[in-house]
Amino acid sequence: MTKNLKRLDLIFKNEGDSEVILGKTLARSNEELISDLIASGLKGRGGAGFPTGLKWRLAADDKADEKFIICNADEGEPGTFKDREILTSVPHKVLTGMAVCARIINCRQGFIYLRQEYTYLIPHLNNAIEEFHQLMKKFKVDFEVKIFMGSGAYICGEETALFESMEGKRGEPRNKPPYPTNFGYKGKPTVINNVETLAHTYSIFKYGPEKFRDLGVKDSRGSKVFSVSGDTPIPGIYELEFGMTLQKFVDDFGDGDAKAVQVGGAAGFCVPRKKFEKTIIGYQGKLTGVSLPTGGSMMIFNSSRSMYNVLHNYLDFFVEESCGQCTPCRVGTQQLLMGIQAVKRGERPSTYLDKLLELTEVMRVTAKCGLGQSVANSFSSIVENFKEEMIY
Amino acid sequence: MSPIQEIIQKVSASHGTERIALLPILQAIYKNNHVLTEEDMIEVARELDISAAHVYGTATFYSFLETQKSGKYIIRLCKTITCMMHGKNIILQELERLLKIKPGQTTPDGIFTLTETNCLGQCHKGPAMLVNDTPHTDLTPENIREIIDKYRREALQ
Repeated sequence: MTKNLKRLDLIFKNEGDSEVILGKTLARSNEELISDLIASGLKGRGGAGFPTGLKWRLAADDKADEKFIICNADEGEPGTFKDREILTSVPHKVLTGMAVCARIINCRQGFIYLRQEYTYLIPHLNNAIEEFHQLMKKFKVDFEVKIFMGSGAYICGEETALFESMEGKRGEPRNKPPYPTNFGYKGKPTVINNVETLAHTYSIFKYGPEKFRDLGVKDSRGSKVFSVSGDTPIPGIYELEFGMTLQKFVDDFGDGDAKAVQVGGAAGFCVPRKKFEKTIIGYQGKLTGVSLPTGGSMMIFNSSRSMYNVLHNYLDFFVEESCGQCTPCRVGTQQLLMGIQAVKRGERPSTYLDKLLELTEVMRVTAKCGLGQSVANSFSSIVENFKEEMIY
Repeated sequence: MSPIQEIIQKVSASHGTERIALLPILQAIYKNNHVLTEEDMIEVARELDISAAHVYGTATFYSFLETQKSGKYIIRLCKTITCMMHGKNIILQELERLLKIKPGQTTPDGIFTLTETNCLGQCHKGPAMLVNDTPHTDLTPENIREIIDKYRREALQ
C-alpha cells in the first residue's frame, strides 16, 4: 500500500530542552505570547475547536484574585487514546504549557483531571510533576500542579461537568454562559484545555507560530494526533496534518475494504465510502467538501461489519453515559435505542426511523450539553447512509 | 478514631475538609474497602458537614464507585465498539466460564468481581480490560486464563 500522508513528529519529539524553552518563553511578555498563540491558529484539540489564544486572553482579562488552569485528561470518547500517549511520552510539554498559561492569566494552581481508567499513569505523572515543581522553584514561579482523579464518567470530559465533579458533586453539566473563563472551577475564572492542546502550545513557543501555521489548511492549522482503530492493519497513534481527505486517510490506514469511517468517536460522524473523497478532516469552514472536526478518534469499519451493531453499541454507550439531568438526553437516548431495536424486529415500520431522526433533531436543539446534542451526529449519519442495514 | 475517619483525615491533608474533598475521599474509601456503605456515607457527610443525601448523590453517579461489596479484584472488560469488533464477547464467555459468574456478580470466595465498562482508551490493543488499576490488552481466550490464574494465586497467598 502506498503511503501518501506525511507523518509528522512535533508532539512526540523529545529533545530534552523543556528547561530552555520554559526559560525563553517566560522571558517574553504575556501580550507577545498570546499574539503568537492567536497567530498560530491553534484551536482546542478536544474536538470543540475553540481558539486557544482567545481562551487564554479571556481568562487573563478577568481580574479575579483566584484563577485556575486545568488540563482535561478525561479522555473518554470511544476510539480516542492519544492523550494517554502524550501524557506518557511528553508530560513535560503539557506541564510547560500549563505553566506559561498560569503566568499569562495570573494563577497559582493547576490541575490535571485524569480519568480513573488511567490510574496506572499516576506514578509516572507524579515523577514528571515533581521535576516540574523543581523547575518552577528554579524560575521562581509560584505555580503548583495537582492530579485530580475522575471516577469513570464520560460526561466529566465536558468542561462544566468536570468542574462539578472536582467540587464533589455529580458530574452534571452547567448552563452556559457563564463560560469557564469567567466562572469555572469553584466559580473562579478557569482555563481548561485538552492535553494535546497544551502540548501544541509547547511547539508554538519553541518554533514560533509560523511553523505551526504552515501546517494544515485554512481554519484548521497545525498538526493533529489521531487515534486510529477498528479494521486497520496498523492501529495506533499518528500525528498528521489537517486538511486531508478521508480517502487519503483510508488509503493509508484502511485494510482495503473500508466501508465507513467514524470520525470523532461516538459523538462524531459516520462517513460512508462514497463520501470519502469529499470529506476533509479539519474544523468547520467549508472547503471543497464537508469538513469534519474531530478529537482525533478515527474508527474504520470494513464491509464485514453490521452498521446496525455499530449504532447499537454507540446508543448503549450514550444511554449509560447520559448524566440524566435533562429530559431530551435521558429519555431521548433510551427511545432511540428501543426504536432501532423495534424496527429491526419488525415491530415498527421502516418509516419509524424518520420519527427517530426527528427526535435526534429535537435533542440537538434542546439537550443541555454536547453529549445529548451530538447523539444526532452518529445517529443520523449512520441511519441515513445505511438505512437498509437498520431494517433488514 | 474509626477507620473511615482515618481515611478522611489522610485525604483531607491534601484536599481540605470542604466538599471539594468529597470525591477523593469516596475514592480512597472505595479503594480501601471495595464498597461504600450507608454508614460510611453518613460518616463522610458528618465530617464534611454536608447532607448525607449529597454524599449519596455523588457516590452513586460514578461508575467506578459502588455501594455493593466488590471482590478483591474488579475486572472491568471494555464493551465499547472496537473491543467489541475484536472479540470482546469471546473474552467475556471465557471469563464467565473461568469465574463461573456473570457480569455484575462476585465470585463466592470474594476474589473477583466481573463487570463490563465503557471505553478504556486502549482501542488499538483491544480487547482490553482493567483489573483494579492495571490494564491488560490484546486479550485472547488463552492469555486470559493465565491472567486470571496469576491474580488468583496472588489472592490466595
